[in-house]
Amino acid sequence: MANGGGFPSPHDVFTIPGTEGWERMYPYHYRFGADDPERKEYEASMFWFYDGLHYPEPIYPFDMIWDEAWFLALSQYNTRIFIVPPALGVDHRIINGRIYITPVPVKDPSEIPARVEHFMKRAGYYYENWDELYAKWETKMKGVIEELDKLTIPELPDMEEDSVVFDAVGRSSGYELLTAYDRLIQLGILAWQYHFEFLNLGYAAYVTLLDFCQKAFPGIPLQRVTQMVSGIDVILYQPDEELKGLARLACELGIEDEILVERSVEELFEELKKTNDGRLWEQRFEKAKYPWFYISTGTGWFHHDPAWIDELEIPLSSIRMYIQKLKKGESLERPLGELKRERDRIISEYRELLGSDDDREMFDNLVGTAQRVFPYVESHLFYVEHWFHSIFWNKMREVSRRFVTAGFWDDVEDIWLLNRHEIKQAMWDMVTAWATGTQPMGRLHWGPEIAWRKQVMEKFKEWTPPPAVGTPPETITEPFTIVLWGITSETMAAWSKGKEAGEGPVRELTGFAGSPGVVEGPARVCRTVSEISTLQDGEILVCPTTSPSWAPAFTKIKAAVTDVGGIMCHAAIVCREYGLPAVVGTGNATQAFKTGQKIRVDGNTGVVSIVEE
Amino acid sequence: MSRKDIAWFEECRKDDTPLVGGKCASLGELLAAEIRVPPGFAVTTEAYYHFLTRAGIKEPICKVLRRIRDGVPVHEVGEETRRMVLEAPIPAEVEAGIRASYRALCDRCGVEDLPVAVRSSATLEDMADASFAGQQDTYLWVRGEDEVVDKVKRCWASLFSDRVIAYREEKGFTHENVRISVGVQKMVRARTSGVLFTLNPVNGDRSKVAINAAWGFGEGVVSGDITPDDFLVDKVTFDILRRTVVPKPEAYLLDPAAGRVCRMGVPEADRAKPSLSDDEIQELTRLARRIEKHYGRPMDVEWAVDADLPFPESIVTLQARPETVWSQKPARTVAKEKPKSALDAIVGKLLAGVPVQNKAQTVGGV
Repeated sequence: MANGGGFPSPHDVFTIPGTEGWERMYPYHYRFGADDPERKEYEASMFWFYDGLHYPEPIYPFDMIWDEAWFLALSQYNTRIFIVPPALGVDHRIINGRIYITPVPVKDPSEIPARVEHFMKRAGYYYENWDELYAKWETKMKGVIEELDKLTIPELPDMEEDSVVFDAVGRSSGYELLTAYDRLIQLGILAWQYHFEFLNLGYAAYVTLLDFCQKAFPGIPLQRVTQMVSGIDVILYQPDEELKGLARLACELGIEDEILVERSVEELFEELKKTNDGRLWEQRFEKAKYPWFYISTGTGWFHHDPAWIDELEIPLSSIRMYIQKLKKGESLERPLGELKRERDRIISEYRELLGSDDDREMFDNLVGTAQRVFPYVESHLFYVEHWFHSIFWNKMREVSRRFVTAGFWDDVEDIWLLNRHEIKQAMWDMVTAWATGTQPMGRLHWGPEIAWRKQVMEKFKEWTPPPAVGTPPETITEPFTIVLWGITSETMAAWSKGKEAGEGPVRELTGFAGSPGVVEGPARVCRTVSEISTLQDGEILVCPTTSPSWAPAFTKIKAAVTDVGGIMCHAAIVCREYGLPAVVGTGNATQAFKTGQKIRVDGNTGVVSIVEE
Repeated sequence: MSRKDIAWFEECRKDDTPLVGGKCASLGELLAAEIRVPPGFAVTTEAYYHFLTRAGIKEPICKVLRRIRDGVPVHEVGEETRRMVLEAPIPAEVEAGIRASYRALCDRCGVEDLPVAVRSSATLEDMADASFAGQQDTYLWVRGEDEVVDKVKRCWASLFSDRVIAYREEKGFTHENVRISVGVQKMVRARTSGVLFTLNPVNGDRSKVAINAAWGFGEGVVSGDITPDDFLVDKVTFDILRRTVVPKPEAYLLDPAAGRVCRMGVPEADRAKPSLSDDEIQELTRLARRIEKHYGRPMDVEWAVDADLPFPESIVTLQARPETVWSQKPARTVAKEKPKSALDAIVGKLLAGVPVQNKAQTVGGV
């Protein structure tokens, strides 16, 4: 039953045969269609859009932790902490493993003046003391990461150490394991509390500048406004800088050919250990790891995104590429001076083009504020999504190993099919059985459940989620919704039309601008690395994601497009180095495009479109 | 007497409009700013005036023109005055000057019987307050001394075309004082040509360059009888923000048999193709910036891509005029009142929502 706007009702039945009961994998309050008429009416009245930006794939039960974390964090800062005048939080639901969200506005206009007053005081304090508060933030965040790093996930011994008795500890490893898991989860939630401490304010300042620029210079690309305010030496570039440094050091030491030999990291280090220079280089490599190799190859949001630290072949293959460039006499320097000059040129030229001195004064105010706040908008990603998450996933694998030892399941990766609340229950099963000296119920309960959930996830992947459900508002004005998700009155209308036209084929997709440049060429869809042998020179690679094993592909292609990944993903890095345009994290390029279609990749704006069928 | 019949573009500056007309003055001005234009010379207003007086037709023409006020139809008056111009002999020293200059131009380009464009360059036409473009004749692909001399005279006569006479009547300009210069300029073998504005003509946004382009010569784009490709470029960053490529079934092309530019069919394979490459669009944007900077005001530029020359030398300017619509309005502004603090602006923004933009412009993760 579609409503007037062309969107399905959230209470339509979307269940895929064979997945009945999927709701139990997720927190109960994420379900649509509670029996309560008041809740049902609320849900039907709101506009829920699919958060494909963050979740291009159905979400695993455990990975829900970050959704729950930002559900809380973003919302509380708007509603309860800074009192954003027109906006409350963002509400969440789930359908077939896909997250749907809706921004909740302040309904009663009479509340707004009081909210404005609070916001001016509270947000004003943050804007005024930004640098000092940001320095405190970094300390807090590093503290959380340090604690996480040190957190051990205890084993359950047959018999406790003597020290438990003779130091009169008074607690068992079972208790320690339970609390370590609790602490692990708490730290994750805490990291996300900090994640949003400055973020909404950063976006608000940025959105205001953006709006001003769009009024002054209609059609100015958002990327250019970003260029005016973005930091040039922000920490997100540091991982890559470390690799360049390692490549340079290898050349200085004269061991570059040693490193270029195709072999595993272990074999390489085995070889390097034999010489002083080799050992020196290895030390530097080890030093670079922390924290810079905690950069994720994806967005960091999912357990299946490996970080460099997990697959050292990834940074090593980039180092090899940089060495080859150096051998050809090419420079690896990021032209920092040039980038800064270009940023300053853009600011001063746009400023010059403004129509009045009042406009110039406002422009100066807004650029100044946005420049102060914007580096946070970039840097927090490294701290939370990359550094923290990359350690976190591996701690969770430690937790899973305890279950494997206790016979709950055989594959460490099975733990992601349980949500964080279920893991706590399972851990009680494990710990009490260990304490009692009996068999846990674990495998009996979770074995079939995990098997069932795996096939549910597969079925979820095949389902095409509607872009939105519920009742579209007349216009969308909530700034975070627009800037973060790009949901506007126009996209709404386009979705609605696509719906009426019976899900017409996608002509255009957007993702992150991974590497600059614009090209057109024939697409080649490769779903796995085994398919890259089919690539022809001059084709555009369209793939789910890439890793170092995909390296040979980049010597043939004109551009790359991926389903998943952020600006630091393998494909983006390699394309930047090869000077090829890349658009990454498009969501479903491998579904939308077909081999042989002529497509256009705009690595400046992040748009990929079909030019010819 | 120091009459000057011929002025090479290099000698012209914008203050020379009374002598060489707006078009030629602006070409000289562009050369001074190191902006590429095809080479050529102006047959000056003094040469024209000398022709009128020597032939003794100045007074008779004025007399005929005055009949309009007695109710004689414009077309009758026009026909008679044009005939008077065309039938009058050109003073020998003027004609010799034109011929010698044309030969010098052929030598300079290394082409015998160099094809040239012979264009009227009126002294009123390029005034910012009178949008008078294209009101007088232009002859393309003119080859040989005799033809050049003939077309110069035709340009002089075009000062008395019906619509030009009517225009002057309407605007209240006196016919007696109107003078004309004629530009003789190397004909660009245009693969693509068109016009550009150094602002967005739709809303006056000065951060944009708007380019219209079509295959072949620009006459169709200027007159509006060919629908051009349309590009909008950010003047600061050179981003191509809009790219509307239309089917272009016809174009003004050189008819090799007739040696003339005619409206012709475009080969099927080229119709849907963009008439400019991205590199060319960006080079045109650089050109627009230089021209605007040189004149210190928004400009309207005719340009072409010369098929004979390599990029970027292929991009040449044919003409530059002050933009006449937005230049006369107050500049676009955003702030409606004295600026307040950034925080005030942020609150204002939050309360007003933000304008619609597309998904391509999202900025990253939560």
